[in-house]
Amino acid sequence: MIQLDGVTKIYPARGGRKVVLDDVNFVLERGQKIGILGPNGAGKSTLIRLLAGVEQPTSGAIRRHMSLSWPLAFGGAFQSSLTGLDNLRFISRVYGCDESKMRAFVDEFSGLGRYLREPIKVYSSGMRARLAFALSIAVEFDCFLIDEVIAVGDQQFQERCREELFVKRGDRSMILVSHDPNLIRQHCTLAAVLNAGKLTVCDSVDEAWARYCGQPVKETAAGDGADTTTQPGE
Amino acid sequence: MFATPFRDSLAIQTRVIAALFMREIITRFGRHNIGFLWLFVEPMTFTLGIAGLWYITRSTHGHHVPIVEFALTGYSTVLLWRNCATRCVGGLTPNLSLLFHRNVKPIDVFLARILLEVAGATCSFYLLAIVFHVTGLSELPQHAGRVIAAWLLTTYLSTGLGVFVGAVSELSEMVERVWHTVTYLLFPFSGAVFMVDWLPPAARDAVLLLPWVHGVEMLRSGFLGEGYTWHYSVAYMVTVSSFLFLAGLLVLRLVHRRVEAG
Repeated sequence: MIQLDGVTKIYPARGGRKVVLDDVNFVLERGQKIGILGPNGAGKSTLIRLLAGVEQPTSGAIRRHMSLSWPLAFGGAFQSSLTGLDNLRFISRVYGCDESKMRAFVDEFSGLGRYLREPIKVYSSGMRARLAFALSIAVEFDCFLIDEVIAVGDQQFQERCREELFVKRGDRSMILVSHDPNLIRQHCTLAAVLNAGKLTVCDSVDEAWARYCGQPVKETAAGDGADTTTQPGE
Repeated sequence: MFATPFRDSLAIQTRVIAALFMREIITRFGRHNIGFLWLFVEPMTFTLGIAGLWYITRSTHGHHVPIVEFALTGYSTVLLWRNCATRCVGGLTPNLSLLFHRNVKPIDVFLARILLEVAGATCSFYLLAIVFHVTGLSELPQHAGRVIAAWLLTTYLSTGLGVFVGAVSELSEMVERVWHTVTYLLFPFSGAVFMVDWLPPAARDAVLLLPWVHGVEMLRSGFLGEGYTWHYSVAYMVTVSSFLFLAGLLVLRLVHRRVEAG
């Protein structure tokens, strides 16, 4: 179970404080998949960082009773002067995984071949993304944190990603943050809308979709832009 | 928070620090030429250079002390605490994205860096002590136990100092800029170039406020034994180191609350 209890995040900003997340609550049980819809500047990236544990809420608490992945296919924690293999070893050590099993999987899945022994800085962005994706599903998490993506690599690779994630790991929990309602409709059992820092959990994906599309979200986001959009990472 | 039993937490933290340590080694030293041997070759050449220079010029600062032991103890300790602190200053910000791996905490980033510096300085110190003895340049320590204890105490101090300075440097960029100046200014007061007993009593009291001076004195007393008057307090060193360490942890808590990862 993952539980967010009154999570609020306030950043210091020029001319005062900026509330980016305002009393966010939800509970995700094992096996459930929640999709969080929100326009640009709604606070999605901040929510991701709080869930991942990089940043801490200003008030409220996040309780994790199952293991939660880092944002899927996120390659920011790579050290670019190290080889793909060095980075793989680092991940396997941090998460206590069997290195040779992990290596076999990543080797097969990413198709990087001898490039695994080259420093990451010589990788193309597609290669980097393939390694990042392979690594994040090579660790057996209970719950995957997904920030948009899945549009990694070519058509064939995308198909394999979808297969690995939604079919082979269909029993896992997921937190899918997106501004694309179709993706959430396709994969999630629960849905919520994040707008201007407020999260509304809906009874059904359709209701969330209606709420998200029904109201003039883009205009609202633009109107609130002054106090919600300047957060880092957006 | 989901409570993890202490033993499991300890196992996780050990694993994480080991992973960061290996990552740091490869990042810093790479796989070219002598690779990670630079870890201790670098501090060794520094101490060796100074010891050699003093040995040749016979500059004993106007006092009669065995110059090789004097240089070895002085420079090795100053390298230990200074490098630990300097490596930690501003050490978190470029590594913030590592925190996306939930088990990696800010303290682990610092501890891994400190561990690396300690490993380098320690290898360098003991290797040189052996080399100097084998080549007949220095005597064996009079009190080996005290030498080891003094080194461990200085390691503890360096850890506390590193965590403290590293944490505080995340609060304000100014600390990072000022720290480099401070280390230069502190060098004459590091205990590398004097024995406390050579100083007038008033200066003695002042210089003994600096915890690392106690470490050098104790280390030298272990090497040179009786026949000199030593001034150091183990209790003072332990107190100051613990204070720095705890204060550093507290500041780090605050830093982690304020951290903004890009």
